[in-house]
Amino acid sequence: MKTICLYFEIHQPVHLKRYRFFEIGTDHYYYDDYENERAITETAQKSYIPALTTMLEMTQMYGKQFKVAFSLSGVAIELLEVYAPEVIELLQQLAETGCVEFLAEPYSHGLSSLANEEVFIEETKRQAKKIKEMFGHTPKVLRNSSLIYSDEIGSLAGRMGFKGMIAEGAKHILGWKSPHFLYHCAMDPSVKLLLRDYKLSDDISLRFNDSSWNEYPLFADKYVDWIAQLPEDEQVVNIFMELCALGVFQPLSSNILEFLKALPAVAKQRGIVFATPSEIIGKTKSVSPMEVAYPVSWNDEERDTSCWLGNGMQREAFNKLYQEADRILACKDRRIKQDWDRIQASNNFRYMTTKPASVGMFRGFYDSPYDAFTNYMNILGDFIKRVQDLFPMEVESDELNALYTTIHNQGEEIAVKDKEISRLRARLEKYEPAPDVADPVKKIAEEPKKEAKKAPAKKAEKKTPAKKAPAKATIAEKAPAKATIAEKAPAKKPTAKKK
Amino acid sequence: MKVLMFGWEFPPKIYGGLAVASYGITKGLSVQDDVETTFCLPKPTGEEEKFLKIINMSQVPVVWRDVQYDNIKHRFVGHTAEDYYRFRDHLYADFNYLQGLDDLGCIGFAGGYPGNLHEEINNFSIIAGVLARSEQFDVIHAHDWLTYPAGVHAKMVSGKPLCIHVHATDFDRSRGKVNPTVYSIEKNGMDHADCIMCVSELTRQTVINQYHQDPRKCVAMHNAVYPLSEEYQAIEPHKNPKEKVVTYLGRITMQKGPEYFIEAAKRVLNRSHNIRFCFAGSGDMMNAMIELAAAYGIADRCHFPGFQRGKQVYECYKNSDVFVMPSVSEPFGIAPLEAMQCGCPSIISKQSGCGEILQNVIKVDYWDIDAMADAIYSICTNEALHKYLAEEGMKEVDGITWEKVALRIRSCYDQLVSRGYFDVNDYHA
Repeated sequence: MKTICLYFEIHQPVHLKRYRFFEIGTDHYYYDDYENERAITETAQKSYIPALTTMLEMTQMYGKQFKVAFSLSGVAIELLEVYAPEVIELLQQLAETGCVEFLAEPYSHGLSSLANEEVFIEETKRQAKKIKEMFGHTPKVLRNSSLIYSDEIGSLAGRMGFKGMIAEGAKHILGWKSPHFLYHCAMDPSVKLLLRDYKLSDDISLRFNDSSWNEYPLFADKYVDWIAQLPEDEQVVNIFMELCALGVFQPLSSNILEFLKALPAVAKQRGIVFATPSEIIGKTKSVSPMEVAYPVSWNDEERDTSCWLGNGMQREAFNKLYQEADRILACKDRRIKQDWDRIQASNNFRYMTTKPASVGMFRGFYDSPYDAFTNYMNILGDFIKRVQDLFPMEVESDELNALYTTIHNQGEEIAVKDKEISRLRARLEKYEPAPDVADPVKKIAEEPKKEAKKAPAKKAEKKTPAKKAPAKATIAEKAPAKATIAEKAPAKKPTAKKK
Repeated sequence: MKVLMFGWEFPPKIYGGLAVASYGITKGLSVQDDVETTFCLPKPTGEEEKFLKIINMSQVPVVWRDVQYDNIKHRFVGHTAEDYYRFRDHLYADFNYLQGLDDLGCIGFAGGYPGNLHEEINNFSIIAGVLARSEQFDVIHAHDWLTYPAGVHAKMVSGKPLCIHVHATDFDRSRGKVNPTVYSIEKNGMDHADCIMCVSELTRQTVINQYHQDPRKCVAMHNAVYPLSEEYQAIEPHKNPKEKVVTYLGRITMQKGPEYFIEAAKRVLNRSHNIRFCFAGSGDMMNAMIELAAAYGIADRCHFPGFQRGKQVYECYKNSDVFVMPSVSEPFGIAPLEAMQCGCPSIISKQSGCGEILQNVIKVDYWDIDAMADAIYSICTNEALHKYLAEEGMKEVDGITWEKVALRIRSCYDQLVSRGYFDVNDYHA
């Protein structure tokens, strides 16, 4: 029985504003609010809402026969929450039907999988948590930004506990093989791979409305016939695309939604079913490992990472950005965290490409790749400066981590000591009548606090500039205070014993 | 294919970009075996390269004089005494009334751009009448407005198609306030031309809109550059690693937009102090610019080395990290191409014709000083951008050659000769 796996990506980048170099250090807001609102509402109106409404109707028409998968980047969820909450509602309704699976992906839709494992793990987990909160599903299958995949990313997914990943069925990794089977990662057999059939996917997302295409006009029966005519043993057909394909790349006037609506019915006549990635992974056996030494993606003719990292400027921006990764992982500042998510988006690198593009290239408001690079580097310059203000350059990131572990563990240590104190206090109460004991303990607790306040202030001055000081100071303040209590506590023990 | 070409400048005597372009076009055409170019110059020095036939217009007779071959045969620079006698056989009117005739019956030229330029232009076209009667040719090609009357005259006499080459228009030079005499000469030349070659699409649009020409006979014919000579290639840049140099090179006049460069410099210097700005060139706005720099308090970072010639120009490019051409209106502008040859990234205004054929440069509006400052700062601070533009720019400019331009010019000639008219819709670059 042949199975169609439909998957749609929902992602919109947060558009950066024109940011000149003389604003570095004075302006820390990098986004074009007008453009963000315009772009997301336009996409929602033209594509997301009609497409999702149609799919909701389809779940009612066909019941469990129709299955579909989505993934949303965290930044897109944030934008949708603010500007187009009706899209989220539609997705929630879809989630309730049980016909939908949500996949995990990096929160920022960035290239962290190529740069820094920890960042990748952190942001993927964060996105999965967000999906769980919003739609009640814990994602079991991972899809990386723009379907970037390599053996290493696959094994990383395995370590994170994902059952499978979806990837591009690029010619150069498949060779003579067909994308219509389930494969598994060469470095971790527990991670199954669903490979995109780019021909059938692009027939819809790129060519559907192209009247110069020799298959134009495309009808659902013709399309499903192509699938039905595949060799008997080729069972899985993965059709992956961006959700904007329905409505933006291919206008609604091309009746693309009618086409979509007809698919399950036509498929049923030919004995073809729909399934979500997890179902396929659960039901189907993997035929062989798939070796992918160099990252593939679903972008451009080359299906590699050259549209983000193809030239020196892009690599420079990429390296500069991820150099800060360790510091940002350690950082607790919410605004920096948010900016980090937003400026990581792969779209920002795409604008800097100097490759001649076969498909119409969208460069945003940038004139040229150099313009995009200049603007991005200005923003990055300011961003890095803020991060470094928080953590001075002299502090090595290892040292920083050590400090953070200490601070982190301090909490637990304090908790242990607190227990100890209350235990001792309880014991003390047993031996002495209440009023006598309460006083000396209070005194002891107050005294060291005064001292402690002075000490950490000095420390903060030495180590870090203003911003970091309060956070550290409060913890430091608590710590010695309690520590002194703990110190004093044993001193009391003997008295207790005496009695 | 025989081409009768009228020009005003030719190397080694260089007054401006016209000489370089004339040289490039003729040299490019000389590679094609079946093209024979006759180049008419008001006053050649005799040191021109010998790949084409040069006619010295100051030694073409307009009045019959009885001179002996033996007495005069050594006096000719450019063409020969035999040519002189052939020309003398084709006098067409009595020009004895003209002032300044010499013993050969010729009118002298001062060369360059003297005060009585209009008189010289007129004389030039009188002589063209003699040439048109005595020479055999298939096409007439006239460079810039100074030679348009000569071209028109030659066309009237011979009936051969006229091709004029617009290197600049008075609209570019004057920011719209044209000199009526110059405009009328330009307009007349264009009206009579069968094909108008403009150095850029920008100029082509000016010709179409300001001179009211039929778009079908106007074609954009972009310039090119010659590869750097070994001497210039060997120039060793001596850069201070701690400082960046941003260069403006050209006449310091209204057309070139020097004040925008100062404004951008001011913005960059507000933030960064290891950048120097070099104003190479001279012109009527130079003093005003020095004063402006002083008023902004950036005079210590702005340098005015004056007019650069020959090798100095290339030394200047080689020692620069960024080249800026903020021209308000630039028909083509060859300087950025030369800078790119030296591995110096260029920032040009969108109002420059050369931008139409260049990809690896940063283009900004000449008035957008924020964008200009941003681009300067970005190249100076991001090594990756500098490297990319320097390397890719050099590659790109190596592919822009005069030989290719000459082939395109040739295809226009072919159309003119075979059909008698030119239509840009049938022309394919």
